[in-house]
This record gives sequence, structure tokens and C-alpha cells, in this order.
Amino acid sequence: MQLYGTEINSRLMLGTAQYPSPSVLAEAFRRSDAGIATVSVRREAGAERGGAAFWNLVRDLGVTLLPNTAGCHSVREAVTTAQMARELFDTNWIKLEVIGHADTLQPDPFGLVEAARILTEDGFQVYPYTTEDVVLADRLLDAGCEVLMPWGAPIGTGLGLTNIYGLRTLRAQFPDVPMVVDAGLGLPSQAAMALEMGFDAVLLNTAVAKAGDPAAMAEAFARAVEAGRLAYHADPMEPRDMAAPSTPVIGKAFLS
Amino acid sequence: MMRARVLGAGVAGLCVAAELVGQGCNVTVFDPVPRPGPHGCSWWAGGMLAPFCESETAEAPVVRQGQEAAGWWERQGVAVTRQGTLVLTLGRDRRELDRFGRRVAGHQTLDAEGLAALEPDLDGRFDRALHIPGEAHLDPRAALAHLRTRLESAGVAFVAEQGRPEGLTFDCRGLAARDRLPDLRGVKGEMAVLRSADIRLNRPVRLLHPRFPLYVVPRADGLFMLGATQIESDDRKRSVRSVLELLSAAYALHPVFGEAELVEIGADARPAFPDNLPRLSRQGDTIHVNGLFRHGFLLAPALARMAVEAACDRTRPEFWHDD
Repeated sequence: MQLYGTEINSRLMLGTAQYPSPSVLAEAFRRSDAGIATVSVRREAGAERGGAAFWNLVRDLGVTLLPNTAGCHSVREAVTTAQMARELFDTNWIKLEVIGHADTLQPDPFGLVEAARILTEDGFQVYPYTTEDVVLADRLLDAGCEVLMPWGAPIGTGLGLTNIYGLRTLRAQFPDVPMVVDAGLGLPSQAAMALEMGFDAVLLNTAVAKAGDPAAMAEAFARAVEAGRLAYHADPMEPRDMAAPSTPVIGKAFLS
Repeated sequence: MMRARVLGAGVAGLCVAAELVGQGCNVTVFDPVPRPGPHGCSWWAGGMLAPFCESETAEAPVVRQGQEAAGWWERQGVAVTRQGTLVLTLGRDRRELDRFGRRVAGHQTLDAEGLAALEPDLDGRFDRALHIPGEAHLDPRAALAHLRTRLESAGVAFVAEQGRPEGLTFDCRGLAARDRLPDLRGVKGEMAVLRSADIRLNRPVRLLHPRFPLYVVPRADGLFMLGATQIESDDRKRSVRSVLELLSAAYALHPVFGEAELVEIGADARPAFPDNLPRLSRQGDTIHVNGLFRHGFLLAPALARMAVEAACDRTRPEFWHDD
């Protein structure tokens, strides 16, 4: 899978927040084979760079880092945080979150497009956290984004793919744009479904970090993602109403 | 008589000093500010002796070794309240309570009536709660002051200047020991203290919340300590956001906190190793006791006992770590 020209070998991306400890986090990454780790910058940065010790542990995971602007509620905040992240992590990649609604953490579509444009012009490669809205997707692509990250459900809810119709439409409208279902996944089956539908990857955090056994759950997601991708390429059958027995009935004593 | 030095007069250092005195050692405690105070992170602790609740995220050794804490503090003459812990959720987060109940041993489920019987001032606000009766709490500042006075009268010297090494050294300096223990990192916690005469709680209350978890620990004189934030950072700034979150969560627990007096806001960084478990280790004649993370008052007694045992008979107790 190519993201902004970089080959990424895993279709599972994991966040790095809320784990019981950095050691558990590292074990979850090892078992998941995740290729990308998102890392939050805002609260941990500050003038003293107080989060340096934790970031060093995340760097030691040996995966590609995707800093995010989690917790930003305005364009200005998100842009500043992205610039700080570029300096801290020496990368042009930024997962752009501009939150528009405090309770649902729903993206602010207008702020998102504006911030995406500003950051793209500034040389960033932007991964926008967006809804499944096709018009918004179009605007984000216009603003220079080459990857989209539609939500499955609001962040941290674990509700899975709540608007399957909308996600299918989005996938069908932009077949060549890499898309990562980001946020709202709670179970591996939901991740498998996203991959079966043709999404390129999934990104999750809470479902693994808050599981009773995060490392086991990370592996479960890894297998589900692999299964979903295999199934997508295997050309699934179409659902049909008529029952069709998979073994021939001729010769059986079915009239008994 | 064996001589020993203890570096650091926080909760770990004082507990180690107490165990050494118990073994008949001649002890000197070194600390640039050799009395409990805001310079040490124990000062900002909640003082909950809650091994079962901690098992929501902490590993089994924390639960096991934390069991002896309440008894240890009582034997030192510290006032320990053994009223258990109450765990609550706001209406729409009820499933957080189910998850907590699944993962945490030793609890009883309460209905509204059962809750009212334990905490009359919360009557009518929650229809379900968990009670973990086998837990306790203490006032950390009172406990530190008491232990220091007790050690002094047992002949322990408290000195600001770090003297020449003589005999064994127990390094309990917390984050300051990063010069010797590069794996240590700071995990920031923020707290607030409120005063209200309009509500009385008999035990610590934990409010589970997907975004703003909170604990409220009642102290003497109508004081309530609020805590729970945990940020991967070693800065010590008191942030508006954390205080907003703590106060909003307290207000959601009971609106009477809206009228409370805001007495204090504090922040400090707790020393932690990558697995968030404490470690005992030895470098030459120095035994390190560190990485107590959010479990200072809960685990310091067990760690102190194990550190002193390891020094005396060279055992390799739980939490022992070879570099």
C-alpha cells in the first residue's frame, strides 16, 4: 500500500494513547505488526517538551510515526500543532483532526478543509480525519489531500461502521484514493468488514488500548484486517434471497 | 549496628527508613529539602490504598503487594480509614461500570438504597454503584509528617547535604534518580483540593468516565482531594484544561461542589518505568527503590520491606530488576 509515495506493509495502524503502560503498548505493536503509529502532540508538548521520554519509547517501536492534531478545535490550533509535530518528529505527515463538536468529537468540515489547504501549501502531507461525506471528501482532495480517513463512528465509541451505505458510496466515488477507516471501531469483525468493503486500512486505538488484554486484541485486529483484505481480493459472492444448497440433493432420500 | 543512608524523603524514602529502623539500623536520610513538602510528588498524592481498583489497569503484583499497605501504615501509627471505595458512573456511561466490575475483584454491586446507606449525601443521584469494601485511604501529608516525626524520635537524622557514602545507600529519589536510572520517565498528574461543608463522603469515590475520570478523596475539615489526570509528560505545569476537567467531573458527581471553595491546585510528575511497575535494583552499594508511578502510598511499604530484606540476606524479591 502506498501512502504519499511511501510503501507501507501493514494495513493496520494503531494509536499510542491510553495503554496501561508503554510496555503493554510495545507488546501490542509487536503482536499487531502495525506499520504506522499515530502519536498525539498537543498536551504532551509545551515549551519544555515534557513528553520526550514517552516519545522516545514510541520511536523505539520501529514503525512509521504519524503525529496527529488530536484535541484541536480550531484551524489555528491544528496548524500550530502540526508545525510543532513536524519539528518534533521530523516528518511532513500529519493526521489532521479539527474537532467541531465537543460531545461527539465530530470533525468540523469547514475548518478541516481550510486547515488541510494551509498545511498542504506549507509542504505537509495531510491525513484528514473526516466523515463519510462525499462532498467533503471532494473538497479535501481539492485542498491537496491524497489520503482520506473517514470515520467508522465517533472516536472512542466502538460502534463500528455506523453508516455502511455512506462508506460504500465514498469508496465507490473515489476508487483510486487510499482510504483508512479511522475511529469508532470496537471489534475485529468491524475492521474485517471495512477491508472487505475495499478500504485500504484501518486505524484504531481505544479498542486495543482499553481491552482487558491489549496485546491479544491487537493480534485479533491484525488477523481480521488480513482476512478482510484477502476476502476483498477473492471477489465475494453476491448475497441472494434464494437458498441454494451447497451439496447436490439428487440421489438423497429427500422425500422420506 | 549497621549504618545506612537513604536518599530522598518522599514516601519511598521514609518507608525504607522505617523498615531499616525496624531492623535496628542507624539511618540518615538525605534530601535537599529534608521534610515532606510540595517539592516531592508524594505531597500531591491521593492516598488511596485501593489495590483492587488499581487492577483495572495495573498488573497482578500491584494488587498482591498492595494488600499489606493499610496494615503497615496503621502499625506506624498513621490514621487509616477502612471504609472501602465507591465506584460510580453517570447515567449514559453505565456500561463502564459493567466493564469495571468484570475486571476488578472484591466488589459488591449496590442499588440506590445500598448506596444511600453508605453515602447518604449521594442518595438519589445514582441508581447503581460498586463498593470495594477491602480498600482504605489515608491523608498523605499527615502520613508523611507523622512518619518523619516518628523516625526522628527513633534517632533517624534528616540532612540536606548528601554526605559521604558509608555502608549501604537506598536511593529513593524518584525522578531525580534519572541520572542513574535512564529508563525512568515522568507521568504528570494534576489535582485540586476543595472545601465544602455541604457534603460529606465517608470513603473515596471514583467516577468512571470515558474522557474525564475522577476520584474524590475525603479528608478532614471538609476537604476533598480531586485527582485522576495522567499525562505522558514530566512538566509540572498546572493546566487550565485538567482543572476544568476535574472540576466539571466533580460538579457532575454532585452539584454542591459548584459552591465549594477552591483551596489548592497542584501538579507533579510521578516516576515510572516503561511497564509502570516499581523496581528494586542494585548498583554497587546502592539499592534503588523507584518507579512507584501512581502507587506510592500503596506500594512503598511492600517495596521498603523487600528492599531491606534484599539488602540483609541478598534475596531477589518481586520487582527485583537486574540491569
